[in-house]
Amino acid sequence: MLQQGWVIVLVSFAYLGVLFAIAYQADRRADSGRSLIAHPTVYALSLAVYCTTWTFYGSVGRAAATGIGFLPIYLGPTLMLALGWFVLHKIVRVAKANRITSIADFVASRYGKSQLLGGLVTVIAVVGVVPYIALQLKAVSSSFAILTGYPEIVMPARAGAAPLLQDSALYVAIILAAFTILFGTRHLDATERHEGMVAAIAFESVVKLVAFFAVGLYVTYGIYDGFGDIFDRAQEVPKLAKLMVTADTAASYGSWAALTFLSMLSVLLLPRQFQIAVVENVNEAHVRRAVWLFPLYLFLINIFVLPIAIGGLLHFQGGGVDADTFVLTLPMAHQQEALTLLVFIGGLSAATGMVIVETIALSTMVCNDLVMPVLLRWRALRLHERQDLSGLLLEIRRWAIAVILMLGYLYFRLAGEAYALVSIGLISFAAVAQFAPAVIGGLYWKGGTREGALAGLLGGFLVWCYTLLLPSFAKSGWLPEQFMTQGLFGVELLRPQQLFGLTGLDEISHCLFWSLFVNLAAYLGVSLLRAPDAREARQASLFVDAPRQRGELAGWRGGVRVADLLPMAGRFLGPERAREAFERHARSRGFAGLDALPADAELVHFAESLLAGAIGSASARVMVASVVQEEPLGLDEVMNILDEASQIRAYSREVEQKSRELERATAELREANERLRELDRMKDDFISTVTHELRTPLTSIRAFSEMLHEDPKIELAERSRFLGIIVGETERLSRLINQILDLAKLESGRAEWTSTEVDLAEVVRESAASMTQVFRDKGVTLDLDLPPGAVVVLADRDRLVQVVINLLSNAVKFAPAGRGRVAAAVAVDRGLAQVTVADNGPGIHASEHERIFEKFRQGGQDVLTDKPQGTGLGLPISRQIVEYFGGRLWVESEAGKGARFKFTLPLQDTR
Amino acid sequence: MNHSRLTAQRLAALFLLGCALFNYPLLALFNRAAEIFGIPLLYAFLFGSWLVLILLMALAIERRED
Repeated sequence: MLQQGWVIVLVSFAYLGVLFAIAYQADRRADSGRSLIAHPTVYALSLAVYCTTWTFYGSVGRAAATGIGFLPIYLGPTLMLALGWFVLHKIVRVAKANRITSIADFVASRYGKSQLLGGLVTVIAVVGVVPYIALQLKAVSSSFAILTGYPEIVMPARAGAAPLLQDSALYVAIILAAFTILFGTRHLDATERHEGMVAAIAFESVVKLVAFFAVGLYVTYGIYDGFGDIFDRAQEVPKLAKLMVTADTAASYGSWAALTFLSMLSVLLLPRQFQIAVVENVNEAHVRRAVWLFPLYLFLINIFVLPIAIGGLLHFQGGGVDADTFVLTLPMAHQQEALTLLVFIGGLSAATGMVIVETIALSTMVCNDLVMPVLLRWRALRLHERQDLSGLLLEIRRWAIAVILMLGYLYFRLAGEAYALVSIGLISFAAVAQFAPAVIGGLYWKGGTREGALAGLLGGFLVWCYTLLLPSFAKSGWLPEQFMTQGLFGVELLRPQQLFGLTGLDEISHCLFWSLFVNLAAYLGVSLLRAPDAREARQASLFVDAPRQRGELAGWRGGVRVADLLPMAGRFLGPERAREAFERHARSRGFAGLDALPADAELVHFAESLLAGAIGSASARVMVASVVQEEPLGLDEVMNILDEASQIRAYSREVEQKSRELERATAELREANERLRELDRMKDDFISTVTHELRTPLTSIRAFSEMLHEDPKIELAERSRFLGIIVGETERLSRLINQILDLAKLESGRAEWTSTEVDLAEVVRESAASMTQVFRDKGVTLDLDLPPGAVVVLADRDRLVQVVINLLSNAVKFAPAGRGRVAAAVAVDRGLAQVTVADNGPGIHASEHERIFEKFRQGGQDVLTDKPQGTGLGLPISRQIVEYFGGRLWVESEAGKGARFKFTLPLQDTR
Repeated sequence: MNHSRLTAQRLAALFLLGCALFNYPLLALFNRAAEIFGIPLLYAFLFGSWLVLILLMALAIERRED
């Protein structure tokens, strides 16, 4: 029956159909809220996706070659699960809080949501996992080929020898791609969770364990007589007896430890393990059961590896049968059709489980962290304006799945034959181990920076490519042999598997050492070049302090509206789904509905993490930032973020604030002090000026008095001239003192003002009249231009007279004697009364226009010989008076063209 | 809180125990051409200690009260 190829194909498709039915059922149950997978045992079983055809077929092959050497791959995960309570538990918690959807997302998010980092992790994951997928294709296609030979046992032809279209591996790849696309990308889930898939994977774990156990029991107790019998027989064959011990050398133990360490990391960091263990986790308490149940599963699936290997070696002693196929060929050799078919199905389930989860995880990463960031930035595509992008997202994922499987097939054609199954898988393990410093370091150390993670990942990945990936091509003849034996460019030190002359390690340990050495050194070294910036510090605190984090959302400021966020989320999730999610969010926070929902930091965080599910956290950040006008973090917020971690920091912030306040107070004091000093200096200036002004007339009075006193023979005419000067100077002195007192009163606000209605025309007329004699003495004509009616302002009449007289006396002072003309005019203009006093004197240069209003500054003093004719206080006093009554006093003049002094006062309404 | 901290410490101790059991030099101690109950010593030791470790892990994490 089995020799009919179609029977096998039919059974295979029937099995895939069963998987599909289980997934469909689980999805339906999930939608109705009765999750099939919300059980810790299901979680632990789904973790067993770790066991692929590598375990199912490859372990026996490895055991046949190295005895116990297959075991570290399962001891490592056991040890890691013992740490699962710390590490896995923490990753699950962090991932849930931040809606992490893949390992790329995890790394990108940890280091400040860097798109570059997410893209790099994706590239490493895809390139690194490709050999692993090739392994599955190789196992399934060769098991199929062997099965069709039943009951003859014929090893399949060399991979790549068959023409492309007759290569069963190609069809396996195509069918797996189609199945995964149907299976995993039916719809888009905001959390990237696939309940149906998890249920199917748990089922597959049972199938492969049952199948392997069945073969193990059959070989151990059916063909032979229990464990003791098998081992006894092995002892009799010297070649097999050697398998009972492992080489007692340092290299052997070193390689053992390296494989244990490598598998420890892989069980956490392989994209599919991360997907199942972290992303698909429904309840972090499930980790508890997995801690022992998953290692127990590993234990059970490994018990019969050695008996089968020994049984195979004993049975096929002539060789010619690949030990990787013993699991299948032993039952075949004993004509156990049903068992053979069960084994084939077990292998198929091991392969499909791995391929489904791995490609779905990778396609999510490729879509969210590689393609979408590029498309979103590509303005020409106008993706920002597309209303519903969920179709596009699914399309990208489908293509990613197809491309990844084709890459796997390509690797299988190129390099698949040079290695046993386990060796191919180990190449992938070494690749994903490169994530360890960034992921585990990032989980416990806050100092890691984006550049550090980039440098570490890139360095480790390049070393991996050079020491493991390229040699795998060289061994298959796709790269020249000299590359391996003589190194790059013939430089011996650069031989890829004895890098810098390091020998004595197997290729995996060699690569692991160099790549992790470079990785870790670059991660630490570059990270320590600078302190983490605000965003990195915030993310670091979210990740490192995860168990202590509670709700509080600090570090976000911005203006946003629900009406902006909802349509944006709708474009990626589909409008209805987004609306439902937002409403659920509103209800969970105790609001009646969408309308009552405040657009606060928590909502923005919710929208961002919702989107992160669909397009990855880095892209989500860009999208949300495009809607939210996020303000840059202020110093206070940054301090806040930094402080969240520790009380000490909070204390130091308080101290800092105090010192800032102190600084501010000091600055104010300093300013006040400056002002005081300035005032002091001005007072000194004023006093020295006043003293000087007083001394001038005093000196002259004293000089003339002394002359009169000492020389009694002075002529009468001379004497009376001297006395005239003394009287004049005395008058000037008393005027000066009066004005100083006046000014002091005005400035200190102690002047007495009486505001009454005053006719400005009348004031000018009166002032002019009192000055008639002065004008006549100097021979200056005075023209008045007054309006017929009264121009009423509210002011102190005497003060106004003082101002007008001051202006008139200035005018007559500077008008040329004999032919001088002074004109005084009163006019009304736009609610203002305006008085103009113009003369035809020497005029005032523009640069002096303001200075003449300073105290003791006298007009026309530029000629040194000029005797000062006034006190220098008249104009400042006048300006003070006019401004007191709400007016303005200024001068309009050009040198040589006379001066026009003008002042305005607000008109009083005379109704 | 106290209980879960104790659990964590027990698991950490089991991790260290596992690291010691599955590595040189304990491994070398059993790496001899001998048998115990008809099973090669190295296999018996590795599978035996592995099973014991798993049982201890189960015990540590599933024990509800102290």
